[in-house]
Amino acid sequence: METFVVFFLNGLSYGLLLFMLSSGLTLIFSMMGVLNFAHASFYMLGAYFAYTLTGLVGFFPALFLAPLLVGLLGAAFERYSLRKVHVYGHVPELLVTFGLSYVVFECVRLIWGPANVDYRIPEVLDGPLFTIANVKADGLRFLAGAGDPALCGPAAGNSCTQFPIYRGFMALVALFMLGALWLLLTRTRIGLIIQAALTHPDMAQALGHNVPRVMMGVFGGGCALAGLAGVIGGNAFVTEPNMAASVGAIIFVVVVVGGMGSLAGAFLASLLIGLLQTFAVLADVSVATLMQGHGYIVNDAHWSYPLLKVTVSQMAPILPYLFLVLILIFRPKGLLGTREE
Amino acid sequence: MTRDVYQFRPLNLGRWLLWSAFAFVLLMAPHVFTSSLSLTMLSQMGTAIIVCLSYNMLLGQGGMLSFGHAVYSGLGAFAAIHTLNKVGAGEWAVPVSLIPIIGGLAGLLVASLLGAVTTKKSGNTFAMITLGVGELVWNMSLMLPEFFGGEGGISSNRVVGHPFMGITFGPQIQVYYLIAVYCFICTVLMFAFTQTPLGRMLNAVRDNPERVEFIGYDTQRVRYFAFMIAGFFAGVAGGLYAINFEIVTAEVVGAQRSGAYLLFTFLGGSLFFFGPIIGAVLLVLASVMLSELTKAWLLYLGLVFLFMVMFAPGGIASLLMMNVRVAAHGLLRRLLASYAALAVTGAAVVAVFAAMVEMVYHIKLNEALGPMMKFAGMELNTRSGQTWAVAVVALLVGVGLFELVRRRFARQWHQIQEEIEARLARVPVV
Repeated sequence: METFVVFFLNGLSYGLLLFMLSSGLTLIFSMMGVLNFAHASFYMLGAYFAYTLTGLVGFFPALFLAPLLVGLLGAAFERYSLRKVHVYGHVPELLVTFGLSYVVFECVRLIWGPANVDYRIPEVLDGPLFTIANVKADGLRFLAGAGDPALCGPAAGNSCTQFPIYRGFMALVALFMLGALWLLLTRTRIGLIIQAALTHPDMAQALGHNVPRVMMGVFGGGCALAGLAGVIGGNAFVTEPNMAASVGAIIFVVVVVGGMGSLAGAFLASLLIGLLQTFAVLADVSVATLMQGHGYIVNDAHWSYPLLKVTVSQMAPILPYLFLVLILIFRPKGLLGTREE
Repeated sequence: MTRDVYQFRPLNLGRWLLWSAFAFVLLMAPHVFTSSLSLTMLSQMGTAIIVCLSYNMLLGQGGMLSFGHAVYSGLGAFAAIHTLNKVGAGEWAVPVSLIPIIGGLAGLLVASLLGAVTTKKSGNTFAMITLGVGELVWNMSLMLPEFFGGEGGISSNRVVGHPFMGITFGPQIQVYYLIAVYCFICTVLMFAFTQTPLGRMLNAVRDNPERVEFIGYDTQRVRYFAFMIAGFFAGVAGGLYAINFEIVTAEVVGAQRSGAYLLFTFLGGSLFFFGPIIGAVLLVLASVMLSELTKAWLLYLGLVFLFMVMFAPGGIASLLMMNVRVAAHGLLRRLLASYAALAVTGAAVVAVFAAMVEMVYHIKLNEALGPMMKFAGMELNTRSGQTWAVAVVALLVGVGLFELVRRRFARQWHQIQEEIEARLARVPVV
């Protein structure tokens, strides 16, 4: 039970991180119609910038500076490359961001080397936030910090599970960021102009707003969101040149499962996939063990045994993609999507 | 009735000449490039041509940007290598020359299963789904080492079964000719496909799906059929790959390979049928020779791709055809001076830029070897500020000159295009 709670919270914080990534992607997609293939590359850049800046100015200034830098790079890319391609249509737009992902990957390998860098969680945020102890004959008990050594020491024999501070911090930053984004888009003048530029670009232009500049801002903002996710995700996981490729496909799954262009759908899908991937690691069952449990004889004599013996925890990496395929079969427009393409 | 356009009837002479020339090139290539390296490269080019053409069936002809085409060629390769092993064990009796077709059928089967899901959508969503499906298969390959062979892959021996007319497929030259024959037949078939009603409908679905639906066609079904056919040809290429290398590892279904197909098909030119052939030749040249030459080849590739998308979205084929059009009107001579200037300044810029990139790589990777580095016959000191200053100045001057030449060229180009338009307008319309 205590592992369940902690895994649930872990899954939630991972899901929120995914949402920070997919929200930027969704935002750019729904505003500009551009599918940013290099989105995960900006995530990677955020992590690497934060690594370098942490060495120079410390973690908390880096938390602001790194996304800012990534956002500026994104805006510059929009201004000098993407805008030129815009006239050719959506496929070249996707291709140009695809090319960018190659360039970023190689530049990162060039500057920071092909191995992973030592980007660590700052000491303030290191350690357990709280501990859930399953005390014998007393039920579950929440304990602040590492927990009472009397209860959780090796001598006590209780099962204790810790929840790291940093996971909580990740979730907090993500929630704060999303709240700010929501307020910006719905409650401010800038948000109104962005929405107007989205639905009626010609009218917004006629009213004197610089729509291309709004687009540049939106692209830069989306990239900055990805950069922020990189800053807080890079040290929670690994900062290495392949991190973009490993997360890139997942956020595309999130966006399709949630419904193209739907922020709420992306939120739901991120949490679902975050939880799915976290919990799948726990489940050590396979079709073979299930069938053996019901009295069938399953052994490696049968041709399908290699397929049946794969446990759910081994399947964890493919579960999001299986989920994608199932969604496409049974609900092609996505969980909360509206348009049927 | 008189015609204004001369027609080769009943024989389309131009087409016969072109295809004969293609067959001739395939036939003679190993006699011109005789070294064993060039023979392996030619064999790889043959398979790459098939797979890039099949990819272009989706990208160029159907407007479907797929990030997972390696799945079909890769699974075709696995089907072929398993068949080869079965034949070697004496369980099945399939001639080696027909094994690529088994690869093709496997590609067709997989494409008919996965395509039913992926072709439900078009455009951007299709691209994302193919990426997801590609990752699905790639991760499955890690989970099922029994079929995919795990880290080491699955190896085989292609000299199995009874030799037919003395052909054992032992020597590489025999494998090359097998690949060449398949390459020619598949190219003909894929070209023929573009002329069929289905091929034409595919173009219509790419250009205006809404209108196609109004006429009464099911756009998804058209995409689905095209997807399956592309999967078949990709599988054939995979089968040839298996015979050529006698080993198949899980990376043949990976995202990197899919990305390479996309990149080079686009570089070659997706708007023309022959574009992917150029792309396939470049694919093999780049992955064999460029990767030997420099460690930074992915960076160069990415940059070339970026500039290609930005300035010539039709790829090399469209650049060629635009110049052919100018030449057909006899105006190419006027551009020659500009082209020479562009080539000189462009080469200078590329050389200086490459020198700088290589210097950075040298500092990063070969620090133990000292600051001196060889580049194009020169000794460069990567640690001296002087070298860098010279490089930066040379780069700036080069870019400046290139931009001047480019503007002049752009003016000339527009002028020539206007002249051609004016000439065409003068031709009386019948």
